[in-house]
Parts: sequence; structure tokens; C-alpha cells
Amino acid sequence: MFDVEKIKKDFPILDQEIYGKKLVYLDSAATTQKPKQVINEVSKFYSSLNSNIHRGVHYLSIKSTEEYEKSRDTVCKFINAKHTEEIIFTKGTTEAVNLTAYSFGERFVNEGDEILVAKTEHHSNIVPWQMLCYRKNAVLKVIPADENGELKINEYKKLLNPKTKLVAVAHIANSTGVINPIKEIIDAAHNNGTYVLIDGAQAVQHKQVDVQSLDCDFYAFSGHKMFAETGIGVLYGKKEILEDIPPYQGGGDMIKTVSFEKTEYADLPYKFEAGTSNYVGAISIAKAIEYMQSVGLDEIEIYEKKLLKYATDKLLSIDKIKIYGQTEKKISAISFLLNGIHHYDTGMILDKLGIAVRTGTHCAEPTMKHFGIDGTVRASFAMYNTKEDIDKLYEGLMRVKKMFA
Amino acid sequence: MRQCNNLKNMTIKEVQNEIIEEFSMFEEWMDKYEYIIELGNNLEPYDEKNKTKSNLIQGCQSRVWLNGELQNGKIIFTADSDAVITKGIIALLIKVLSNREPKEVMNADLFFIEKVGLKENLSPTRANGLVSMIKNIKTYGIAFNSMLK
Repeated sequence: MFDVEKIKKDFPILDQEIYGKKLVYLDSAATTQKPKQVINEVSKFYSSLNSNIHRGVHYLSIKSTEEYEKSRDTVCKFINAKHTEEIIFTKGTTEAVNLTAYSFGERFVNEGDEILVAKTEHHSNIVPWQMLCYRKNAVLKVIPADENGELKINEYKKLLNPKTKLVAVAHIANSTGVINPIKEIIDAAHNNGTYVLIDGAQAVQHKQVDVQSLDCDFYAFSGHKMFAETGIGVLYGKKEILEDIPPYQGGGDMIKTVSFEKTEYADLPYKFEAGTSNYVGAISIAKAIEYMQSVGLDEIEIYEKKLLKYATDKLLSIDKIKIYGQTEKKISAISFLLNGIHHYDTGMILDKLGIAVRTGTHCAEPTMKHFGIDGTVRASFAMYNTKEDIDKLYEGLMRVKKMFA
Repeated sequence: MRQCNNLKNMTIKEVQNEIIEEFSMFEEWMDKYEYIIELGNNLEPYDEKNKTKSNLIQGCQSRVWLNGELQNGKIIFTADSDAVITKGIIALLIKVLSNREPKEVMNADLFFIEKVGLKENLSPTRANGLVSMIKNIKTYGIAFNSMLK
């Protein structure tokens, strides 16, 4: 049974006052808060097991390595990857995309080839591909979106051609919460012999993801957006592709043998994990997964859907509010503007009322340009948010309206 | 000009102290912001022809335009923003720093923003253009000062 009050109690940070007002945290799309189970696990690890991984013969190093590899296994099962070595730990989604853009690009992208990105992408799923295109003299093409921020799937299919090497799209757009039809995107790309990377940074904390049934070639996500630590993320890649592409960075741990004449690279996944990885971060991801699973991914999805519906209805009852990304296919975020009131002004006043939202372009300038605006206010939710949080937001917005009338 | 006569003979320091005193009357955060919003709404209109690219200070939260002109040995600043709260703080900055000799602007020690509890609006993470605005005001001071030499 999903019990939001019980869940909320697991997140110590939520129980505090800001400027004398009870904190209402509605910025989980930027980063989620951490349950005490994750915080305690990290603290316990440093207090009893910490040692560098993959290098020692001593007890702690072996234990530490075991925990790190167990985390990889947990992630593998979490997204239903076929092989453990398909899970590469990175600094986050951004590094995972950069890794793919570099290593895949080196192997598969040549002059005149095309990379497709969606118009509603986060900068981190645009800029690395742009850099690849500069490097290789390739062409970046854009999948158009409609006025609701939904991708125009027929236009997308027309863009696919023999030169299209890779399609990079978000599972869920960060600035609007719109769910992209990734299965259809992946299938059409594969029919064209094109690879697909999915940016799952806004998805894994809200719903069950199965990379085998999606059949995507790469899937990236971040720890800090799924109740784990910051500075850790995951790149899933199909084994045969990862084996085929060159390493991203050189250093310790990613090699078999090194001499000045020739270096032999390590096998997967270590080939892509140069230097000491953020092994504590990886352990925190495993603990966060365990926490989410104890609540139940399906239960989380159902609860958040109800909360989103409640919030959308409540906000739409406000006179002259506009929601960007107004569609049924959405998850846990509402991007909006009150008519004639700048997002910065709205955000500043909400902050003084103890309500944390994000304002601005949400690292998605092309999306804002698409809507013809400078930015929005984004309220985003996670499993620990309640109807009361939404009510507080509503009251806050009514106050904002009054102040700027 | 928006400068009142009684400000004419006050130093930059004195005007700042006056603002601090004014703000000390507000007990609630919201009262403070009500006042800033009022200042923002009453900010002297900014000449559209001065909304040039070189006068624009781009921030990812809000945009600021700043223009400085030398008149009778003093710099007259005008500015604008798309956000009202930013405009309110601009109004305060103009009250303190406009209609001053370049040398005064150049050497001004701005302490009122922190004292009245608006420092967070100047945090670089807010990226609302105010930090760059203050830098640009100082640059105007330096540039006009060297012109007058």
C-alpha cells in the first residue's frame, strides 16, 4: 500500500522551515532528495568498508569492490539489461551522452553523416552531438515538435535516411515533463539501420524501464535525480556495440597491459571506466533502487499520475495561467507562466513562501524558443510530494497574482 | 531626472544609509518585496532606442538593459528589466549611483544590498544580470572618468 506520509518521513530534508515557512519542495526534476536509507548507507560505507576498488588484495578493498560490482548488478536488473557488463558507471547523464558521442562517433560517424536530436532536448543531449558534428563534419538535424511539446513522429520518420547514424532523444523532456514515444522512435530508427540513445534522466525515478523490451542501443541516467548521490550516473549500452567502439578516456582501471609501445584495453565495462570511479555513488544508486523497489515502481507511477492530475486541474483553475506541454502523455512536472508575470518574479515570491520551484530556461533554450518564451516556472514532483504541497503552490500562486496585479 | 532635490547633496554612502533605514521598517519578507515591486513598477521608463544589443546584459533568469550618458560632468544611468523585482532593485541602484561624477561611481562602495537582505538577488547563480549590471556601472565610471581627464 502506497503511503506518502510514511515515504515523506524517510526524507529528513523535507522536514524543515524556510524563511519561517514549511518547506514545499517542488524541484525534483532538478534533483531529488535522498531517503535516510541512502544517506545511512553512504555513511555506513565510509565508516566500515571504504577502500579503493579493483586494486587491493586486502580485505577492505575486496569488500569495497564486491559492493561496487553488486551495485552494477542491481542496476542491470533494475533496467533489465541482458549483461552486467552493459552497465557503465559515469559521472552522470551528461558524461554518459558525451561518452557515447565521442566513442560511437569515432567508430561510426563520418563526414556528411547525420545525427538526429529532438527539438525539446536538454542542452546535454544537444551540445555533445553538436561537438561531434563539428569534429566529423557531420550534420545535426532536429525532430520537430508541436505546440504542446509533443514530437511530430511522422516528420521524424521522414528525416530518417541512409546517412542517419544515430537518434538521441529524451525518454521524458525535462522542461515540460512530456513523455516521448520512444518505442516508436527506436523501432523506426532500427528499420533504417540507425542507432538510438535515450536520455532517461527524467524517467527512471518515475516508472519502470526495460531496456531489452525498448531495444534501445544506449540508455543514460543520473543518480542524483533518482534519490541517490550526485556525481554518479549510468550508461547502458548493448554489449556488441560497446565492444566495437573505442574507449572514451584513458587512465587506470581501463587497461589490461600498458607499455610505451602499446596499451591493451580492459574488457567491458572497465574499458569505459578510467580512473577511480565514484564507487560510493554507485553503491548509493543500488540503495536508491532498493528503496524505490520497496515502495514499488508501479505504485510510484500510479500515485504520481494522480498527483499530476490533481496539480494540473488545480493550476488550470487559476485565471490566465498557461501550461507548456499540455498533454495526457506526461510525467510529474508542470511548466507554466502566469499571464504577464515574469517567471523570475513568480519564483522569487514562491521562494519567500518556502516553495522551491525552478525558473528559467531549464537548460533547454531551443524548447523555450519553440514556445516563443524566455522561460517558465517549473513545479516538478517525486513520490514524496503530497496534495498539500500542491495546495500550497496554488495558494502561493494566488499570492503572486495579487502582488503583481 | 528621477533624483529628488533632497538627494542632490547626499553622498553615495548617505543615500545607501537612507535606504537601509527605509527597509528596516519592514518586518515581513513580503512587505519588503511589495515595496520592491512598487519601485519596479514606478521605474522611470527606459528609452526603447537604448534597448540595444550592447546595452543588454543577458542572464538566464531575467534580462537587464543599462545605458549611461555623461551630462554636465555627471553620469545619468537608465535601466530596465523584464522582471519587476529586478526592476525594483535597479531603481535602488539608480537612486544611489545615477547623477554622480564618474569618480564617485568608480570608487563607490556598495553595501546597502547586503544590509537590506537582497543579496540573494545578486548571487551569480540567480543569473539575473544584476551582478553584471553593477560591474557595467563601474565600467561606465572608469570610462567616463578617463574621458574627463
